[in-house]
Amino acid sequence: MRTAFLCVIAVVLLLSMPHAQGTTPPSPLTLISRDGRRPVPTTILNGQEFIALDDVASLFQLTVREDALAGGVTISYKGRTIVASADQAMASVNGRVVTLPAPVLRSGRRLLVPVDFIPRALAPIYDSPIDLRRASRLLIVGTIRVARVTVRIDAVGPPTRAIVEITPALLVTTGYDAGRVLVRVETDALDAAPAPAPAGLIDQIQAGTQTATVAFALNPRSGTPRVSTTTTTESTRVTVEVPLAAQSQDTSAVPAAPPPPPALPPPPASPPPGVPALPASSGPKLQTLIVDAGHGGDDAGVRGPKGTLEKQITLDIARKLKALVETRLGVRVVMTREDDRAIPPDERDAIANNSKADLFLSVHANGAPSGGVKGTEVYYLHLDRAGEDARRTVEATELVLPVVGGGTRPVDVIRWDLAQAPHVDASSRFASMLEEELEKRGPMGPRPLQQAPMRVLSGANMPAALVEIAYLSNADEERNVQSADFQATVVQAMYDAIVRFRAYLEAPTAP
Amino acid sequence: MTSRLAWLTRVTRKRWLQVAGVIVIFAVAAWSANRLLERMVVPRPQPQTAPAPAAPAASVPHIIATLYYGTADGQALAAVKREVPLGDGPRAQGRQILESELEAAPAPFHSLIPPGTMLRAFYITERGDAFVDLSPEVSTMHPGGSTNELLTVYAIVNTVTANLSSVERVQILIGGKQADTLAGHVDLRRPFERDTSLVRETKGTQ
Repeated sequence: MRTAFLCVIAVVLLLSMPHAQGTTPPSPLTLISRDGRRPVPTTILNGQEFIALDDVASLFQLTVREDALAGGVTISYKGRTIVASADQAMASVNGRVVTLPAPVLRSGRRLLVPVDFIPRALAPIYDSPIDLRRASRLLIVGTIRVARVTVRIDAVGPPTRAIVEITPALLVTTGYDAGRVLVRVETDALDAAPAPAPAGLIDQIQAGTQTATVAFALNPRSGTPRVSTTTTTESTRVTVEVPLAAQSQDTSAVPAAPPPPPALPPPPASPPPGVPALPASSGPKLQTLIVDAGHGGDDAGVRGPKGTLEKQITLDIARKLKALVETRLGVRVVMTREDDRAIPPDERDAIANNSKADLFLSVHANGAPSGGVKGTEVYYLHLDRAGEDARRTVEATELVLPVVGGGTRPVDVIRWDLAQAPHVDASSRFASMLEEELEKRGPMGPRPLQQAPMRVLSGANMPAALVEIAYLSNADEERNVQSADFQATVVQAMYDAIVRFRAYLEAPTAP
Repeated sequence: MTSRLAWLTRVTRKRWLQVAGVIVIFAVAAWSANRLLERMVVPRPQPQTAPAPAAPAASVPHIIATLYYGTADGQALAAVKREVPLGDGPRAQGRQILESELEAAPAPFHSLIPPGTMLRAFYITERGDAFVDLSPEVSTMHPGGSTNELLTVYAIVNTVTANLSSVERVQILIGGKQADTLAGHVDLRRPFERDTSLVRETKGTQ
């Protein structure tokens, strides 16, 4: 009888918990962590932004228990608890009371907590730092370097002058290629203020939060830009000055150049014809490159005679290749790992496939039974009978599916573990380019270009190759791979092969 | 009573003599068959053949098997002929061959299977797929690197397929389970066919 009475009270209290329906904010929060980025949906209710408690629980590995009698929830994380009340805008965090902008709400079957619950209640008990940046809609978890970046047009010109302010002061690399100026910030992500409207000789400005790159597309009338960097203790400033091309200056010298517009024009809905395309807005065939640093975590890979670990060398090379490709090609580069952690082969392939990458390059260092073996070697996938069958099936089968909003889309149906099968020809071409470029710059191994059943290549649904940069089992090469010169040489060779493969992809006869 | 006892004694002695005679005949026949089989299996020892990993007892028949090791320069596989105890059927023979392959390589060749690795099981399906089940040391003690890993895998695969004509493909298991790789490179999820592209002719090999 007493139990039934308690149950009735519990139900009444649960029903009495505030229920609400909200509106969706213009953009979700973006969670940035070492595992990557992901959107986190939120809801606006009574002017307050809320987040679903089950979303928070799954993102941060929390256990949530509703306490119907107390009219609130108990949230546990590694033995630490938060008790949040349904009728008071506060929570007890490990016994310490913190205020919240609003109490816990119920919306349908879900419990909602104010977004500030994360920095105020969760952050004090969480293992990693949590930083909520409301203005840029970023939720940063862990020790992630996120630079604040603002871009402004300082002078419409010509010469047109744009300023990029980066806080805190960070290393910046700049480049100019194919009508684009790229400013890459050595950071994990950008907290970028909205880019200003393009003006003068700058036709488009993009701050790539994911690639940590600010890109300026220049007008065809522009000459070679001057890019300078100044650093103070608090910030780094990059000035991009774009003059008119010499020919344009000559022709404009006869009739007087029109005065610059008094105000910046509104941003164009689409880039005007002739504007060099920025990576994110156009359709080049090489938009995303996966750089896979071999091994990591418990899996150290080859250990050289002096103790050099393959996992560290591959990460060093991968980081340098990422920086070079992003800066000079403006191609988005996704690394399968950015720190010392073990990533299973399927997860590496999943990162590549889910990023819809166009090219996959795995970086390794080799080992042989004898210390005398040395040189660089390149691999692409060898297909066994099952792989050949899969390739024929894909070639013979065309599955067309309807898509939302009308129209159809061709879909390749292939086993996940044989996703590489349809790309082997392109992979062979990429591997050959790698081998040729590497051979120009250094000694190659006994079998410079090989086909082998490489595990990490088999599930990549894009052209893919693996480079063994040197034999760590060879004492000389173990010493070499640690030198900046050797690493720069290998990275440059890989970069050149990527540039060649991009040209191959974009050639009219390309697949 | 006495005559009956004497008769029984005579009969028992006669039977004992008959039984002993049969035993002697069988023993001589078995010895002869054994010698004959031994001569058939091992025609004559090859002078360039590497010494047997463990000298088999004189009475144990053996065969000459082709085992694969790393070449002296560590760049390729070498096919080396070695004496291996005769097994009773392909499965037992496969076990004997793999046990020999797991032992130290004769000079100047390199062992490609990490020391301490044990053969847990070996069996052959009716379709001609052989399963080589090795202890975890083959992975945990492996030195790593694509070259090392390819040489290890194809040393095992080629050793089995070169000596057992009924085997077309070889699947490597680790600790009784399907494994991803030995050390992060070569895909072990599917069976391998014989591949001699890594094999190099060397002195003393075929």
